[in-house]
Amino acid sequence: MTPSPDRRRFGDSKKDRIDALAQTAGSTAGGAQGGTVMTVADAGRVSGGEGQSLIASAWKRLRRNPVFLTGAAITFVFIVLAIIGPWIAPYDPVAQPLLSQVRRQTNPVPGPQPGFPLGGDDVGRDLLSRLLVGGRQTLIVGVLATLGGLFGGLTLGTLAGAIGGWVDSLVMRIVDVMLSIPGLILAVSIAAIAASPSQTTVIIAIAVVQIPIFARLLRGSMLAQRASDHVLAARALGVKPHAIVFRHMLPNSLGPVIVQATLVLATAIIEAAGLSFLGLGNPDDRQPEWGQMLGQAQNYVSDYPHLAIYPALCIIVVALGFTLMGESLREALDPKSRR
Amino acid sequence: MLRFIVRRLIQMAGVVVVLSLLLFLWFKALPGGTVSAMLGERATPERRRELEQALGLDQPLWVQYWNYIKRVATGNFGPSNGVLPGRDAFEVFLSRFPATIELATLAILIAVLIGIPLGYFAARRRDSWIDNLSVMGSLVGVAVPVFFLAFMLKHWFAVELNWLPVSGRQDPTMDATRVTGFFVLDGILTQEWDAAWDALKHLILPALALASIPFAVIFRITRASVLDVVEEDYVRTANAKGLTSRIIRGRHILRNALLPVVTTIGLQTGALLAGAVLTERVFSYTGIGQALAIAIEVKDYPVLQVLIMAAAAVYVVVNLLVDITYAIIDPRIRTR
Amino acid sequence: MSQTTSYASTSDAARHGDEPLLQVRDLKVTFKRQGEEPFVAVDGIDFDVRPGQTVGLVGESGCGKSVTSLAIMGLLPKRGNRVEGEVLFNGTDLLKLSDSDMRDRRGQELAMIFQDPLSSLNPVVPVGLQVAEVLERHKGMSRKAAMVVAREMLDKVGIPDPDRRLKDYPHQMSGGMRQRALIAIALACEPRLLIADEPTTALDVTIQAQILTLLKDLVRETGTALIMITHDLGVVAGLCDEVNVLYAGRIVERAERHPLFEQPRHPYTNGLLESIPKLEVGRGERLNPIPGSVADNLPWTSACAFAPRCLNALEVCREQTPQLEMDFGRALRCFNPVEVAR
Repeated sequence: MTPSPDRRRFGDSKKDRIDALAQTAGSTAGGAQGGTVMTVADAGRVSGGEGQSLIASAWKRLRRNPVFLTGAAITFVFIVLAIIGPWIAPYDPVAQPLLSQVRRQTNPVPGPQPGFPLGGDDVGRDLLSRLLVGGRQTLIVGVLATLGGLFGGLTLGTLAGAIGGWVDSLVMRIVDVMLSIPGLILAVSIAAIAASPSQTTVIIAIAVVQIPIFARLLRGSMLAQRASDHVLAARALGVKPHAIVFRHMLPNSLGPVIVQATLVLATAIIEAAGLSFLGLGNPDDRQPEWGQMLGQAQNYVSDYPHLAIYPALCIIVVALGFTLMGESLREALDPKSRR
Repeated sequence: MLRFIVRRLIQMAGVVVVLSLLLFLWFKALPGGTVSAMLGERATPERRRELEQALGLDQPLWVQYWNYIKRVATGNFGPSNGVLPGRDAFEVFLSRFPATIELATLAILIAVLIGIPLGYFAARRRDSWIDNLSVMGSLVGVAVPVFFLAFMLKHWFAVELNWLPVSGRQDPTMDATRVTGFFVLDGILTQEWDAAWDALKHLILPALALASIPFAVIFRITRASVLDVVEEDYVRTANAKGLTSRIIRGRHILRNALLPVVTTIGLQTGALLAGAVLTERVFSYTGIGQALAIAIEVKDYPVLQVLIMAAAAVYVVVNLLVDITYAIIDPRIRTR
Repeated sequence: MSQTTSYASTSDAARHGDEPLLQVRDLKVTFKRQGEEPFVAVDGIDFDVRPGQTVGLVGESGCGKSVTSLAIMGLLPKRGNRVEGEVLFNGTDLLKLSDSDMRDRRGQELAMIFQDPLSSLNPVVPVGLQVAEVLERHKGMSRKAAMVVAREMLDKVGIPDPDRRLKDYPHQMSGGMRQRALIAIALACEPRLLIADEPTTALDVTIQAQILTLLKDLVRETGTALIMITHDLGVVAGLCDEVNVLYAGRIVERAERHPLFEQPRHPYTNGLLESIPKLEVGRGERLNPIPGSVADNLPWTSACAFAPRCLNALEVCREQTPQLEMDFGRALRCFNPVEVAR
């Protein structure tokens, strides 16, 4: 069942793209060392020195890349907003200062007015305040879902890639099944298991969808590493198996994992909005979240599109920021792009 | 070639078996178990026990799984209890399926017909304003939630400008003959041109929304692939032979550069199915996506199971077809 | 093809006629990348190729020999470089030709074969079509007629069973056969000049000799002039009438084959010859590699670029630029050449 390199070229598509990214792992590290000839002495201290130069060489290329800088700037502003949002919001996101203007029949959504530049929502809460505060929950959902997927994927991928044999086959069959279900539909199925949707079920559902992607990525780069010269050299030197896995193989696989994680941050935020839209999001809106605000805006969108546009713009900009960062990271870590 | 197809079919069967096991366990893990799911929370204990026996839920797990497989293999997922109450869940799927196929086909056509030429063009004029603009556009395309894009398209082109219909598959007052369940195709087959045109108009906005992500991905893969291929030695050879740029473009650049794009198109079926769930809901388009959204809302588990199974099956089958196509167009695989 | 070819000298100048087919005059190629110092890859090169003559360009990787050949063919990327000087082909300056005029000549009057035969062939097009398309383009042949000639060409370059091989894809052929196919493509239109860029480097040693013999036979048979680009002096020894030795973008020595090998004058040429292992040297004697690497080079504008690695280097070598001067029928760029009596 082991795929030959040729087979992998055209085999199962989604897996392919992941595997292709995985292939950049070993080569990046080798390239960062500045040569193809790796002596045994080098192999002994791969993890420390190599991690350093890998980051250093990538940073050198990223520092002047406007795409990366734009993405990083957006991300930075987003994180700052997530931290200070509640303090700069003019109103409490739960308070309903415009409640008196909400008339179910004639005027369900109060418009912009002095003191409320974006107007209110359908229960008279200040839209601007909710947007400013909402960033924090959005960041939490994105980061926790990514971390969950990363942790699950790391565990499975390391198991499969490091042990091999039947463990590998079993883990990979399950991963293949998960990959063959479209992400959102998988998330929907998982979210539907829960008795009542909540922030936690949203996070879990999105995290599970990412597990197979990270697992396959890790396993692919582990396999590539296992065949690489520096692991062979370490083994020849009698380095213990677990030390090879954790000190040599894992650190060198991290490049593509970081890239993938950055991209997943974007998808996680978008998918959270999708779940919310399908009624599987967190119904408790005392702590606003952009995806939730966007999902809940659907009832008023035809008459009051701004209710959807503002949170959507926030999501688009932040997702774009993560994507720009991820894509430029991928380019910087890809040895092919250095020509 | 035949061995390759057989091996893929076996792999496919493996995926379906594991998926059915997962679905089976998932069904068991539902809050309150199968019985509550079917009877609702307020059933009497006697009624519950009766149903448990009738369904064989008192038997060991592996027997239950075997029975489940037997039922599923014959398309018997049980009656729908929400989407179309009383109808067989599999029938619900069958009645909705053509609509989604129609929508997804148009969406992928839009994505391919714009994505590939634009990708080639952008790559050949690397770093020009048109390249930067389309790369930026594709990045934004991925960042925009599909249902939000659907909302905006609907708002501008259907509600504000009134150019295209707001929702549905066809004007309900239109008395169109049904042949295949594909409305556009039906109109063409029966030569009811107004019916075909009306169905097509209903398709345009949802298809555009649905095409956004596949377009962005196909564009970027094409661009990256063309950028790789033009650096290849054989393109330099083709130039050294003094060939016309038309032949270099078609025979030497595109024929190689499109190989990864073919695989990507298969990969996008997954994104299309997921996107259909969101888009169809926005446009009240009665396909499997909309059925899935309703099934989630009203907890119609039999329909949910069929649809998830079907989504995976469609994905696997499309990718099998893509792999076969790939093998046909890439001699390195065909002639091995 | 015949394996019995003798290595008879072909350096008889009279036979070639005196009118040069190709005159390269002060060719200079500068690479410029945004935000980086411009890099002069080829720094004012002159040489001639007469009809039917075989001329070698020899040097280490990075000395500018491949860039020279790509500049002659007009195959350098359009952006990021500047080409100056003249490349006169039959009196026409190729560098001044329009894109489409140059396209008409490439593959027709001048052709090129490359180093890596696998990557130089299109993997998804049958080899027969890859030969035939040149004929369709330049000879206006139909597909059918072109295929007949393509079959003849494959036969001529020694590919067995050419009828079957026409339909084969590159991955179904061996490395040597692929290089033969590339030669067939290059010679299909009977060009007057063929440029071979390291044609044997990617091949097994046994195959290398076959390919060289084939090239030599075909060139003689058709009267095609050949520019042989290589880092391998062994290739030069068997094939070239005249040899140009390049270092850091400039010609440092030019001579006919026999004088060059018998009496290298430039220390770099000498070093190249000395670093080849010889059988007759006694056990225990060391090879004499050239010390250092191209990274040590000095700029030509104020010194001899080779001086830091040169065993003969004098004070003056680091202070002045040596000129290419005629010296007993050879051209030499050195202040302190290797003594004649060795």
